[in-house]
Amino acid sequence: MSEKKFKQYIWELPVRWCHWVNVLSIVVLAATGILIGNPVFIGSSTDAYLMGWIRFIHFVFAYAFAVSVITRMIWTFRGNCYAGWREYFPFMGAAGRKEMKEVFDYYTFRSKHPPETTGHNPMAATAYFVLFLVYWFMILTGFAMYAEHAPGGTMHSLLKPVYVIFTTQQMHLYHHLAMWLIFGFVINHVYSAWLMDIKEKGGEISSMFSGYKFTTSPYAVCKSRHWDFFPWKKKK
Amino acid sequence: MDRDDCAGKKQEGFSVARMLEERGVSRRDFLKFCSTVTAAMALPATMAPKVAQALDKVQRPPLVWLEFQDCAGDTEALLRSANPTVGELVLDILSVDYHETIMAAAGHQAEANLEKTVKEFQGKYLCVVEGSIPMKEGGAYGCVGGKSHLARAKQVCGSAAATIAVGTCASYGGIAAAAPNPTGAVGVKEAVPGATVINLPGCPCNADNLTAVVVHFLTFGKLPALDSHGRPLFAYGKRIHDNCERRPHFDAGQYVEHWGDDAHRKGHCLYKMGCKGPATFHNCPTQRFNEKVSWPVAAGHGCVGCSEPQFWDTSPLYRRLPNVPGFGIEQNADKIGLAFAAGVGGAFAIHGAMNALRKDKEPAADEETKEGGE
Repeated sequence: MSEKKFKQYIWELPVRWCHWVNVLSIVVLAATGILIGNPVFIGSSTDAYLMGWIRFIHFVFAYAFAVSVITRMIWTFRGNCYAGWREYFPFMGAAGRKEMKEVFDYYTFRSKHPPETTGHNPMAATAYFVLFLVYWFMILTGFAMYAEHAPGGTMHSLLKPVYVIFTTQQMHLYHHLAMWLIFGFVINHVYSAWLMDIKEKGGEISSMFSGYKFTTSPYAVCKSRHWDFFPWKKKK
Repeated sequence: MDRDDCAGKKQEGFSVARMLEERGVSRRDFLKFCSTVTAAMALPATMAPKVAQALDKVQRPPLVWLEFQDCAGDTEALLRSANPTVGELVLDILSVDYHETIMAAAGHQAEANLEKTVKEFQGKYLCVVEGSIPMKEGGAYGCVGGKSHLARAKQVCGSAAATIAVGTCASYGGIAAAAPNPTGAVGVKEAVPGATVINLPGCPCNADNLTAVVVHFLTFGKLPALDSHGRPLFAYGKRIHDNCERRPHFDAGQYVEHWGDDAHRKGHCLYKMGCKGPATFHNCPTQRFNEKVSWPVAAGHGCVGCSEPQFWDTSPLYRRLPNVPGFGIEQNADKIGLAFAAGVGGAFAIHGAMNALRKDKEPAADEETKEGGE
C-alpha cells in the first residue's frame, strides 16, 4: 500500500467549471422540468405566478446549460490533450483500445487489476460522446419549444430543421424521455466515479474540484495522441 | 370612401355594391365587414378602405367546392356562420359553380358544370377542397361521377388559380389518415404537389378564416403569407396557449384536476386535463366560433390540437404528453423513465455490492510507463 504516487494536473479550470455548471443546471432543469410537465403545486390566487417563475428558472438554466456545453466544446479544441475532442473516441487508437479493454474487463469482473486512467476513463469518454449528443438533443428540442412563443422570430427560424423532424408534441415527449436517459447516465456516472476513486486511488472525485489526479507513473500519458483506426491507411 | 362614390359606379353587370344593396345589406354593414375581415387578416386598419375598394371592383371569380373523404363539417361550419355578409361574400360574390352539398344541379348536369368551369376558367377559378384524398390502389377508395378523388383532385386543383384546403383532412389527411390509414389518405398538397395550396386546418376550419383568405385573394390577387405547414400566418401564426383567456391561471399554477371540480367550475387552466393549447397554432382564442360566441377552452374543454398535423395519432385527448411509441397504451413517459432509472440504479447497486466483496490486485507501476510520456 505504500506505492509512490505522482501528482498530475489533468483537468483545467474551464473543464471543471463546465462540469459543475452542467451538474447544477441539470439538477435545476430536471426539477423544474418535472414540475412543468406535471404541476403538483397549487397557486393560491391568480397573481401567484408560480408556473411563471418555474418556467423562468427553467429557461435561465437552459441558457446556462447551453453556454456551458458550447464552452466545453470550444475547449476541446483549445484545452490540453485530456480535454481534447480525440479523448471522446478512445477506440480510434491502439493505446485507447487497450485501456478500454482493461476497463471493460475490470467492470465485468474478468480482471482483478484496476486500470489506471490518467485522463478520461475510455469507457466513460465513449459514454460522454453519446451524452453530448443527448445534450444537444435537449438543447435543440428545448429551445425549439421555447421559440414557439414567437414563430418567425430569429430563434424559431434558426431552429427550422427541428420543426421539420418533430411535431411539437413529439418534441415534448422526447425532451421528457431524454431527461430520464440523463438520469440513467448520472446514476452510472456518480457510481463509477465513486468506484474508481476507491479502487484506483488516483483522486478521481477530488480531481473534479482540484484538477489533479495521482498516478503511479511520473509521466502523464495522453492515450488519444495517436489515432490508427483508419482502415484506408495501411499500417507500416 | 363615401356613399356617393359608390353610387357613381353604375357599371354594367355585376357589382358588389349593387348586389349587397339588392340583398338589403347596408353600405355601413359592408364597411363594418371589411374592417372585421381586415383585422382577421392581421392587416392594419388603414387597409380596410383598400379591401372595400377591391371588393367593389371585383369580377366574379368562379369557385368550385370539392368534397372527398369528409364529413361535410366544414360546409356546415360555413353555412352556419352567423355573420350575414359572410354568406353573401363567399357564396354570392364568388360564383359557386359546383358544391356537392348545396348545389341544385345533380348528376350529369352538375358534372358538366364542373367540366365547364375547369375548361373555360383554366388557371382563374378558385377551388375549395374538403376531405382527404385516398391514394392506395390507385385511388380506388373514393369516386364521384365515375372519377376517382385522386383524378378529380389532379384535374381540378391542378388547373385552379389557388386551392384552399379547408379542414384538417384536406390539409394533412386528418381522421381518415389515422393509423393504420387503410385508404392511404393524404392532404391536397401531397396528392397534387404541383397545385397552389393554402391549408386551413381545423375540425372544422373557422369560416371567418376562410372568408379572410378569399377576401385576401380578391384584394391582393394572391394568397396570404404562409407558415411551414402551408397555413396562413394571420390565423395560425400564434400559439393558442399564448392568447388563451385561461393563461393567467396557467402562470399562477391554478389547474383543473378533475372534470367538474372546484377549479373547473372557476374556469382554471385545463393544462393537466390534456389541453393541447401549448402545442397548437390557431387563432381560436381571438377569432372564436359562431359569431365569436365561444371556443372549446372557453366552453371548459381542453384544446385537442385539431389544426396540427397528426393530432389524431400523437395526442391522447386527455393527457398532456403523447404515449410512448412501442409501449402499451397506459405506459406514459414518466412510468417508463422511472422504471429505466430504477433499473440502472439497481444494476449498479448489484455491481457495487460485488465490488465491495472482491479483492483487487494493486496497480502495477511497470505497465503504465510503456506508452511513453511527456
